[in-house]
Amino acid sequence: MAANTVLNYLPRESVVHRLTGTTKLAFFLLFTFASMITYNTWVLLGLLAMSISAFKLSKIRFKEVRFMMIFMLVFLLLNNLFIFLFDPDQGTTLYGTRHVLCHLFWRYDLTAEQLFYMVNISIKYFVALPVAILFISATNPSEFAASLNSIGISYKVGYSVAIALRYIPDIQRDYHSISQAQQARGVELGKKEHFFARLKNSVNILLPLILTSLNRIDTISNAMELRGFGKHKKRTWYTKRSFARNDFIVLGLGVVLLGASLTVTILFGRFYNPFV
Amino acid sequence: MTNKQSPVISFKNYSFQYRAQKRPTLTNINLDIYPGERVLIAGPSGCGKSTLAGCINGLNPCSNPGEATGELLIDGVDATKSSIFELSAHVGTVLQDPDGQFIGLTVGEDIAFSLENSCMPQDEMHQITRKVAELVKINNHLDYAPHELSGGQKQRVSLAGVMVDQVKILLFDEPLANLDPATGKQTIELIDEIQKETDTTVVIIEHRLEDVLWRDVDRIILVSEGRILADLHPDVLLATDLLAENGIREPLYLTAMRYAGITLTPEKKPSHADRVALSEEDVKRLKQWFQSRMSGKKESERDPLLEVKNLSFGYTKGQRTLQDVSLTIRKGEMVSIVGKNGAGKSTFSKLVCGFEDPDQGEIHFAGKDLLTENIRHRAKHIGYVMQNPNQMISKTMIFDEVALSLRNTGLDEAKIRERVEETLKICGLYPFRNWPISALSFGQKKRVTIASVLVQNPELIILDEPTAGQDFHHYTEIMEFLRKLNEEGVTVVMITHDMHLMLEYTPRALVFADGRLIADDSAAAVLCNRELVERAALKETSLFTLANRAGITPPEAFVECFIEEDREVRSHGR
Repeated sequence: MAANTVLNYLPRESVVHRLTGTTKLAFFLLFTFASMITYNTWVLLGLLAMSISAFKLSKIRFKEVRFMMIFMLVFLLLNNLFIFLFDPDQGTTLYGTRHVLCHLFWRYDLTAEQLFYMVNISIKYFVALPVAILFISATNPSEFAASLNSIGISYKVGYSVAIALRYIPDIQRDYHSISQAQQARGVELGKKEHFFARLKNSVNILLPLILTSLNRIDTISNAMELRGFGKHKKRTWYTKRSFARNDFIVLGLGVVLLGASLTVTILFGRFYNPFV
Repeated sequence: MTNKQSPVISFKNYSFQYRAQKRPTLTNINLDIYPGERVLIAGPSGCGKSTLAGCINGLNPCSNPGEATGELLIDGVDATKSSIFELSAHVGTVLQDPDGQFIGLTVGEDIAFSLENSCMPQDEMHQITRKVAELVKINNHLDYAPHELSGGQKQRVSLAGVMVDQVKILLFDEPLANLDPATGKQTIELIDEIQKETDTTVVIIEHRLEDVLWRDVDRIILVSEGRILADLHPDVLLATDLLAENGIREPLYLTAMRYAGITLTPEKKPSHADRVALSEEDVKRLKQWFQSRMSGKKESERDPLLEVKNLSFGYTKGQRTLQDVSLTIRKGEMVSIVGKNGAGKSTFSKLVCGFEDPDQGEIHFAGKDLLTENIRHRAKHIGYVMQNPNQMISKTMIFDEVALSLRNTGLDEAKIRERVEETLKICGLYPFRNWPISALSFGQKKRVTIASVLVQNPELIILDEPTAGQDFHHYTEIMEFLRKLNEEGVTVVMITHDMHLMLEYTPRALVFADGRLIADDSAAAVLCNRELVERAALKETSLFTLANRAGITPPEAFVECFIEEDREVRSHGR
């Protein structure tokens, strides 16, 4: 079946893949936090460079995660649109000046400050997203569970997340075949059909999809239980690896980045202001 | 058999009732299984054999609530007071679907799953995993992902996964369902080897008797309506009529011998086709029977319905799932498509239905070019029934489900009602028309899906594994229904792994291997051709073995004779 799955593990031989899941999770958290606390454009640009180079290092191609990227772009656009609609003067308030580029309508003026503010928000997205995608796409799902477990989350929770990720391709395949069978019975779901007709008709896929997924869950949970899943409070991991030199380096880097971002924020404030 | 030891599984006056059921599913079971024994538990669907397995491994009542009375000792443990975890240290269970029970992301991880749960240190875990993987001969694939493995390899992984616990009892719950015939045969061989090497106790739950008997078992336990009906050595049981009376199909070669008037006795050792004793008298009878049945029947040439020319297709560039397939299916035929998983059978039907577009080639239907028509238009001529009815059913009521495709054409409601009711009558579902689908059995659901396709009056229907997982009774019910449809003029194409189905119901078989059509012949001829059987991962019919042993030529004519007589006997009673 076609390999264009939405979110899944993409095995490669890369530095990023060789890091332990725990390292990637910790770095992801540190890094996201570092980018969250600041609006300083220079810091954000620095983080963006990091983020993109990490993505490059992973040898995962943009094409493979296109769907997530597009999804994020749509989200980003909506976010910016709503920021503008609800408070077109947020930038002015933040930066303390008001350079009107042009008047749009009613109370909406397009100001340089507002634009700059929204650019900063957009950069934040682009900083966090590649790392988030990397965490999911470059971490073996079972190591993923082990990594969640290692930061104190119950292994049962970690494992259910991992299993869910692992079953996404199967469920997509089910979806595909169910949709084909429905189309054969005259339900309009094909690419050529009207978008709203497709949306309305996709309800027809839902029931069979839920039923087959429940069946899958039933089988797998029986199989897991029969092999002692949940017997003890703890478990060991076949795939868990011990920390190597690179792991320490990456963790150190994460801490340094967060520290730098914090320092800049405390010393120079959250915003870089080019308008004064 | 070592009777002096104490039994490793012991049921005493044991009964089990699910909480959701009004009556007990198992009543008064008394059964002892001894260490190192191999036991086959057989019975029709719903007889309680899976419940019995669930009681042995603890799924009942731990996961499926219910009440047990009487005694059940598993390796000295009182199962009625035990937990699923405690029992899993004694009983290793291999479930029927090797895909569904693959938990880990790689072979090694999956094998180690149970060790992880027991908190075993990593070094030791890797060591044991490697050792067990060697035992089942999967040690060269430890890093493979499930989708890179064949069905047989997955089966090996499942087995290894329960063997890491050094269990005393291996329990197989319908291990042959969903496997192609050749893989099924290898699975039985694997179970046999492992049992010999480790001296574990093996319990196999299966209704496909002939396939399990490919290797020796010590006892067959026949379960019917929640009770144990027989507990006999295979040779003894096969000499009785108990199997046929209880909806289990006896091996075909034995049925053939009975038709020829040979009396079966335990002394004849009837449990293997290549070892059953055939006296000169028996051979004479077989030959006589064969000659009396020989008839020269001719099929008249019919008009072509579906013509496929040089069809090629690949899901990804550079990889051909289907290569240069050309064939013709004629009006009113009943054809089976066979071959191992991934040979291109399903892909072929998807191309015909328009779910995918071919890279090359032509498809004509009743002389018209199909490739210019979309899925919906093709569906008026070609119906497609998926293997799993749950994947097709999207409404909660039977009537609505069957009416779905008509409602989408905008026909008026009175017309729709008329057509739907007519279809429901044909499918024997009319009395249920106002029932919710959830109240139906698997076989009835299957009928609903067939009805929902038939309502569009297609000239051709394609069914993917119409009888997978069905016992003999339901199998016969579904297949007789399809044959009736066929007699009324619907052309039927079936994708199947079931060699019996292919022999009994489809005069013609299309054999796929590695994306190519490698044979287009009568079903009997295909199953009597060793080379073809091997290439397409099929299984020789035991009738072929019998014909060879009796020196009857050509063997495929013998097979055809048998099928014909069997059909008469089964439709008129003995």
